[in-house]
Amino acid sequence: MVLSDQDRQLVTEIQGGLPLSSHPYAEIGERIGLSEQAVIERIVELQAEGVIKRMGIVVRHHELGYTANAMVVWDVPDKQLDEVGEKLGTQSCVTLCYQRPRRLPEWPYNLFSMIHGKERERVLDYISDLVKSQGLEQIPHQVLFSGRRFKQRGARYI
Amino acid sequence: MDEIDRAIINRLQESFPIAHRPYRQAAEALGIDEAELIRRLERMLEQRQLSRFGPLYHAERLGGGLSLCAMRIPLDQLERVAEQVNAFPEVAHNYARDHCFNIWFVLATETPQRIDSVLREIEQTTGYPVYNMPKEEEFFVGLRFHV
Repeated sequence: MVLSDQDRQLVTEIQGGLPLSSHPYAEIGERIGLSEQAVIERIVELQAEGVIKRMGIVVRHHELGYTANAMVVWDVPDKQLDEVGEKLGTQSCVTLCYQRPRRLPEWPYNLFSMIHGKERERVLDYISDLVKSQGLEQIPHQVLFSGRRFKQRGARYI
Repeated sequence: MDEIDRAIINRLQESFPIAHRPYRQAAEALGIDEAELIRRLERMLEQRQLSRFGPLYHAERLGGGLSLCAMRIPLDQLERVAEQVNAFPEVAHNYARDHCFNIWFVLATETPQRIDSVLREIEQTTGYPVYNMPKEEEFFVGLRFHV
């Protein structure tokens, strides 16, 4: 989907957040010269196109107690990658699962999954259960817990 | 944080109405009134339990670039390098991880081409290589935090 100049203006206007007022879409419209109805229609359209994944709350997960955040990386043989990726993706404790390129020789891992939890021990239990239940014993993996957060802010695209 | 706050967080991580009076509509579903919902959101934003209230964009569909990058930094240089990396506005978030690859950050740029040039700038500024690990396939994205 190609964004018009007006779409880009709208995207920029709301990227930091919606106004916390009774008529937020009307307020945005006033700022960029659109009616409330037009703003609503464009946002619905952008959401239908997948440009907006969702509207609503983005949490700071540390502040909500999710401090044990593990990036579990796997070195999966290429021909098994889709199968293992799909398997991991269906596990309820896995919040994200992506294929990424290896950076050999230092970095052999090509499948990345995130497991967010409140306690390290629990997260490690999830991971060992996962390895057993999905038969992943032969696939080398490493667990990288997050340490300090150096920076977190919403991405600015425009 | 009480029951209502938790219900707000759980529900409004899923969706928010795109309609004439969206807060009123969302508040009704939660059994509170519009003013209270707004007040609670303001408070949770202020107390930084929420990062933001608004859209979550799909960077690539917006025409932008997005990538996960890692660096291997000697521990005595970590502080300096993390600060230098953070200073780039394209760095959306940046975490230490307990591994020899110890700095992990997400780059979000206005165009996909910008990723490479920002990476080079970071390498020049910090004096260390950046390992670029862009997403190649997505098996699952369901990042939500239940409270």
